[in-house]
Parts: sequence; structure tokens; C-alpha cells
Amino acid sequence: MSRQYITGCTAAAEAAKLAAVEVIAAYPITPQTHIVQTLSQDVYNGVLDAVFVPVESEHSAMSATVGASITGARAFTASSSQGLALMHEVLPYAAGLRLPIVMAIANRSVASPVTIFTDHQDSLPQRETGFMQFYAESCQDIFDLILLAYKVTENKDVLLPAMVCFDGFFLSHISEPVEIPEAEEVAAFVPRTKPQYPTMDLEHPRSFNAMAFPEHFEEFQRDKFVSMAKAASVFDEAAKEFQQRFGRLHSRIETFFCEDADWILIGLGSMMGTVRTCVEELRAKGEKVGMIAIKAYRPFPVQDVVDALKNCKGVGVMDRDVGYGTGGIVYQDVSRSLYHLDKKPHLSNYILGLGGRDVTKKTVYKCFEQVKTWKDAQASDGNDVFWPDENTKVWDTWGVGE
Amino acid sequence: MTITLKSLTDERFVAPGRAGCAGCPAVMGAKMVTKVLGNNAMMVTSTGCMCVNYGYQGSTMFPYIHSLFPNAGAVISGIDAGLKAQGKREDVNLFAYCGDGGTVDIGIQALSGAVDRGHKFLYICYDNEGYMNTGGQRSGATPYKAKTTTTPVGDKQSGEPRALSHRKDMVKIMANHGIPYTATASVAYPVDFMKKVEKAISIDGPTYIHLHSPCLVGWGIAENMGVTVARAAVETCMFPLYEVENGIHYQITKNIKDKKPIAEYLKLQGRFKHLFSNEAGAEYMAEMQHDVDAGWDYLQKLASLG
Repeated sequence: MSRQYITGCTAAAEAAKLAAVEVIAAYPITPQTHIVQTLSQDVYNGVLDAVFVPVESEHSAMSATVGASITGARAFTASSSQGLALMHEVLPYAAGLRLPIVMAIANRSVASPVTIFTDHQDSLPQRETGFMQFYAESCQDIFDLILLAYKVTENKDVLLPAMVCFDGFFLSHISEPVEIPEAEEVAAFVPRTKPQYPTMDLEHPRSFNAMAFPEHFEEFQRDKFVSMAKAASVFDEAAKEFQQRFGRLHSRIETFFCEDADWILIGLGSMMGTVRTCVEELRAKGEKVGMIAIKAYRPFPVQDVVDALKNCKGVGVMDRDVGYGTGGIVYQDVSRSLYHLDKKPHLSNYILGLGGRDVTKKTVYKCFEQVKTWKDAQASDGNDVFWPDENTKVWDTWGVGE
Repeated sequence: MTITLKSLTDERFVAPGRAGCAGCPAVMGAKMVTKVLGNNAMMVTSTGCMCVNYGYQGSTMFPYIHSLFPNAGAVISGIDAGLKAQGKREDVNLFAYCGDGGTVDIGIQALSGAVDRGHKFLYICYDNEGYMNTGGQRSGATPYKAKTTTTPVGDKQSGEPRALSHRKDMVKIMANHGIPYTATASVAYPVDFMKKVEKAISIDGPTYIHLHSPCLVGWGIAENMGVTVARAAVETCMFPLYEVENGIHYQITKNIKDKKPIAEYLKLQGRFKHLFSNEAGAEYMAEMQHDVDAGWDYLQKLASLG
């Protein structure tokens, strides 16, 4: 084991290297590029025995990753933003073929207007493609979650591809100390075994992506639905083993001061680090606040979220994304989780941090203030959705909404 | 081994039964390929008639995958890379068999990238000059004045407006990637085609064969006329048979001494029927004849360079 001061992108590349991936197919896009640059250097230096395929688009990146994976090779790719959007067509294809692909996503918003900065508007809209989704809060998370993702995706009860998402620049380009285990330790955790899924193989010829008609098609989807549900306990088991081997425990949601909290903020990504600090400060002042960082977004940890929120008075859902005409994407999943409770906390939604806007402590305090006063009875026509950091100067100048 | 019709194996490599049209030349072409490549093959087909023919009722006896529409080139790149990474590439005859829509239009980027990177595979485009699986729409391979469902015959205009001389020349596009081997072929010349398949698959790099393959339904021809129409395309030099090595060396594999007038080819097909009904049609045919003559002359010049 060594402790290295590295960026999120380097941590992602290091994890893929130690997982001994055999094929990497990728296309450059900011802020992901450093991952695949690092991996190609590793391949060219001979320290990673893999084939690097420098494809001509992200659509081809996922397509070539599918091709490699279906021969039984352990495959890896990475993307962001427009690249992920371009890949969209291939994502349900990869999931439907039940391929254990892991993809790193350095989150960046999508045009227009063009931006290179972070929010989750690239990956969250891909949540129903059959990919598992994990969200990192730190560079160590990125490294750990990529190894965990391989462990879970290759489990024969799961066999669904996975995205490990982390905020562009805030994590992709920021250096933090990351504990890196030895290659043998990683190999023991994610050993290369015979593929647990049907592959293209001359000995056992099979047809892939054959046509399915209405009497069968739905069952393919149901099967993925069931596997996605199983992925929750498979993740928990993998996390236990991970903790035994490497000393760090990862759970699908991370709760902080939730046990006796009246007011709780829930969200995902790097901003939850800021929320954590605010919770500590508010607790020091005697405020009964808490927070939840969602680490596994697909499968969505419904029961864990319910257990953590059921006794509080009010919940604020922080969305670094926006669902036009409804509310944040995370808000929809949290609302769905709490609906069946007899006694529900009041719920409100906060759209923030879009296109790289800083989520500061001030932002978080504003959210908590609103959560404390919000009553659901007030909610109608989307007025439960707040934009705590809206720039009213721009509103006035541009006549936004007029 | 030199391929002759007699030397071909009787073994079948595709289970009997097809969901496609009776007499489909694309299916004939695919069968010719499987006779050469045998059970050591792995096949990729992009969305089109072949994913119905082989991916619905009846299937190959070797590994097969239907990619998506635009990405056969990328999926086959990944298969090549994955097999290489595991030391399993050696004995696999890896090939793609895709329509012109999936090749000339929506799939051209992935294919261009794949051959640019030098993956080892044979890509065969069965060219039926339109989106025939979706009901006969116009593609980048549709010839001048051909009636399709998106270039119909109307009161104001009729058929594909883009001249033959301006049609995307997919064969030259592929040859000009500098790949080791590019060729045209026709379902009417099976031995020529199969020899080209045999040659291409033995090459350690990307190879491309453009197979002329009439669509009975889309072109308006009878189900027993596919081969006749394909042969007429070669005899009129609408579709010459040649091969290109390393993007430079052109060689004509079927020399045409007495070129037939293109009307001999056009009149066999419903999609050109409107050209025979008025004087304007005759002018259009003269224009096409000029383009075909010029194209054939140019090809002969290229071939004469050796």
C-alpha cells in the first residue's frame, strides 16, 4: 500500500490499471481526458498489458468497449458531457448484452450554452439505461468505487455495466491523498476469472442481439430490473470484503448526524463535502441537522433513504441537475421513496451548482433555512423547487422568464 | 486454394430457414461468404435486412452479433482488440456484413475509424442502393433517377436528383484510406466474389469488399431476376468489378469488351420505369450513359498504371 497525492483522473486511471483491464477504448473530452491519457502512457510504457483503442468518437468508444467485453476481455472506458450524450444509444445495448463494463464519468454539464464545468446533467439523464451509477465524494472514493464496480458488475447475479461518476474539475483535477493498494491485493479482490456471461467464442457459437418480439421482450427488461435490485446486496457484500482487505467501508448511502436530526439535506457528488462541514458547524450551534450523500444512485437505495429520513421533520433534496417542467432528478427518486410512509417529512427541492457554479457554505445554509420553514401544503405547480443561488442580476438584465 | 464452384464444401454454416424475401441476393451473398470462411468465422451485421435474415429466424452456426445501426466498425474493432488482448485472435475469420445505409451513410464514421486504426477484419457492404429494410428509402448509394420512397416519382420531379458522377464512391473512399485490400464484387459473379473474400480474410489488416446486391422489392424486379439484374450492372459497366491493393494498384477482375448500353440494365427494374415513359427520361439516360462511360474510362486508366 502506498499513499499518493493524485488527482481524481489519476485515481481513476490507477484503479483501472490495478484492475488489470485488458482493453481500453476511449475518446478525449474535458475533463475526463487525463484518465485515458494516463492509461495509454501505461500501455506504451509496458506497465499495463492491455490494448488501447483510440476510437474516433464516444459512440465508438462504448461500441468498441462492448466488442471487447463480449469476447470476454475486461474492458474500461471513460467519458463526460457531450461524449456521454453521444454514447447514449450504446448504453442500453451494453446493458442488454449484460456486459460487465466499467466507465468513469468526470461529470460536466451539456450544451447549450456550452460549458466545460460540472453538474450531473450528463450522467443522471442516463440513469435508466441499465447501467449502475455510483457517485464519488472524494478522489479516494473514485479509486475505491471503480474497484467495487468491477466486483459488482462481474458478479453473475448482476452482470450490468457500471458508471463511476465524479464532479469535473472539483474532483477530476483536484489532488488529494489517495491510498493505493498493491497490485496483488487488488488482484485478490477482483481476480480475472473465466467470464461469467455468454461471450463470442468459436467453441460455443451464439447469436447476440437477436430480435425479440412482444412475447419475450418485456422479460429481458424484467430480468435486468431484478438483477439491478440484486446489485444492492451484492454491493454491500463487496463493500464488506473491501473493508476487510483495504480498511475503508463504503455504503450505498452515507449518513452524517441523521439519527436525531430534524432537518436533513440529501444529494450526491463533491458538494456533499461542503454540506458535511456545514452540518458540523450547525451542530456546534445546537441545530439538529444532518445529511445524506448518495453513493449508489442505481440501484437507488430506497429503503436506506427511508430509514434515514423517516423520523425527521423536513428534507431538502439538492439537485446538481434540473428536470425541466418538474423538479430535480434526485428529488423525484427521494419523493418516490418516501411516498409510502404514513408520517412523511416535508420535502423541498434545491436546484444548484449548475455548469460549475460553486456550492458554497452560504448556499448550504440557505437550503437549511428554507427546509426549516417549508410546509408541503404550500407546494403547488412546482413552487417546492428553489434555486438558492439564482443570479437575479442576470435575471433582470436578460429579462429571464418574462 | 483456388476457389471453384466444385471445390466448395457441401457443409452448411447457417441453419436453414430465412425470414427474408425469397430470392434475396443479400442472403445469397452472405451464403457465399460463409462457404469461404466456414465455422471459424465471427460475424457482425449492422441494422438492416441481414439482422432479420440471420438474427430472427435461422441463425449462423458461428458467433454472430447484430451491432446497432452506426457502429459495426466500432464493435468489430472491439472484438478484434478483445480477442488480441486474450491471445485468441489467430484462428478467427472476423467479418462484418452490412448494408449500404449502415456503411455509406450512418456507419461511415465508425468504419473509417476502424480501418484507420488498422484493425484486422473484413468488411463487406452488400449494396442494394437504399434503405430497403425500412421500405426502400434513398441512401448515399442510391443512383441517379432511381425511384425510392423518399425520392418518389412526382409531378414536379422524379427519382434521385444527384448525378451518378457525384455519388459517394465508397470503394475509392475505402481504398484511399490506404488499406491493404479493397474490391468490388457482384452476386452474379460468385467465384470472383469468393476469391476476393478468401484473399481479403488472409490479410493482416482491414479489408473492404463492396458487393452489388439488388433488392427485389425495392428495385421492382421479379424474385427470379436478382442475379440477372446484377449481371447486367456489370456488363453495362454500371458496376465494374475490380480490386485495389494498398489504395494504389487497381486491377479490373472482369474485363468488359463490348459494354452494353445502360438501358439494358435500367429497363429490367421498376425503379427506373419512369425514364422510359417520356423524352426527358431519354435525356437523363444519356447523361447517365456519359457518366458510366467516363467512370469506366477512368477505371481503365487507373488499372493501366499497374
